[in-house]
Amino acid sequence: MHIPDGFLSVATVATTCVVSAGGVGNAVRVANQKLRERHVPLMGVLAAFIFAAQMLNFPIAGGTSGHLIGAALAAILLGPWAGVLIMSCVLIAQCLIFQDGGLLALGANIFNMGIVASFSGYYLYRLAISLSGDERRGKLIGGFVAAWGSVFLASIACAIELAVSGASPLAVVLPAMAGFHALIGIGEGLITAAVLSFVLVTRPDLCQLERI
Amino acid sequence: MKWWQIGLLVCLVVACISPLASSSPDGLERVAENKGFIDLAQEAPFQIIADYVFPGIENEAVATIVAGLVGSLILFGVVCGIAWLLKSRGREAAK
Repeated sequence: MHIPDGFLSVATVATTCVVSAGGVGNAVRVANQKLRERHVPLMGVLAAFIFAAQMLNFPIAGGTSGHLIGAALAAILLGPWAGVLIMSCVLIAQCLIFQDGGLLALGANIFNMGIVASFSGYYLYRLAISLSGDERRGKLIGGFVAAWGSVFLASIACAIELAVSGASPLAVVLPAMAGFHALIGIGEGLITAAVLSFVLVTRPDLCQLERI
Repeated sequence: MKWWQIGLLVCLVVACISPLASSSPDGLERVAENKGFIDLAQEAPFQIIADYVFPGIENEAVATIVAGLVGSLILFGVVCGIAWLLKSRGREAAK
């Protein structure tokens, strides 16, 4: 879902850059207060995992592929602001080093895949485990739901930015983006639940860190 | 081995299977093609490891793996570094 340069209007670029800069600034501020030494290695491993896993496009219907975003996974394990921080680092590296996602579109990409996906993933997870319970089964269901929702909502944010920019009318681009990403979200949900399951088996204490 | 070393190793293994990734367009590219605005996309003004293919390596699978390994290690290092700085500043602020 990395937006290249050229899709967004100047106004959309400016707005998303300002909002994302504010979001990242606040993420730094919150992390500065809450981050402890025990968070550090998990932050690094999650960033490396999200980068590597994002390279693994999986096929969905109709000659189309999707890949993990990873924001929901990061937000579930470390909290939404830590999720914003990790996703911003991944997206900045992808933009500057790997030419994936436009330079001017960086603000929009951080907004969609960092801020929207982290916060929706985090709160959908909280909602889901309050309904299905905090046991292992509840956590895995919650992880799947949160991950699916995070991709779906990020794609809607992306569609709105494209429509506002005049790339395509909202009535056209919104159902198309939401439709494809409803399918891609299933992959996101399965990967997120699988990683959560692996962490719960091997290092359940990593699921007990204070959320940032 | 510490748990994070095993975690990082898992990331590097994931990077090594990256040539198996589907090369079909992703959701956004598909929508842009179907709805006729893909041509608006502009090339990046500079290229370093463009499209996850490490430059100067003839075998594309190897070039992709190297790009994945390099990116994973960079992100591990950078994010640990940032987290470490934020952590220590937090501790000073608490004193």
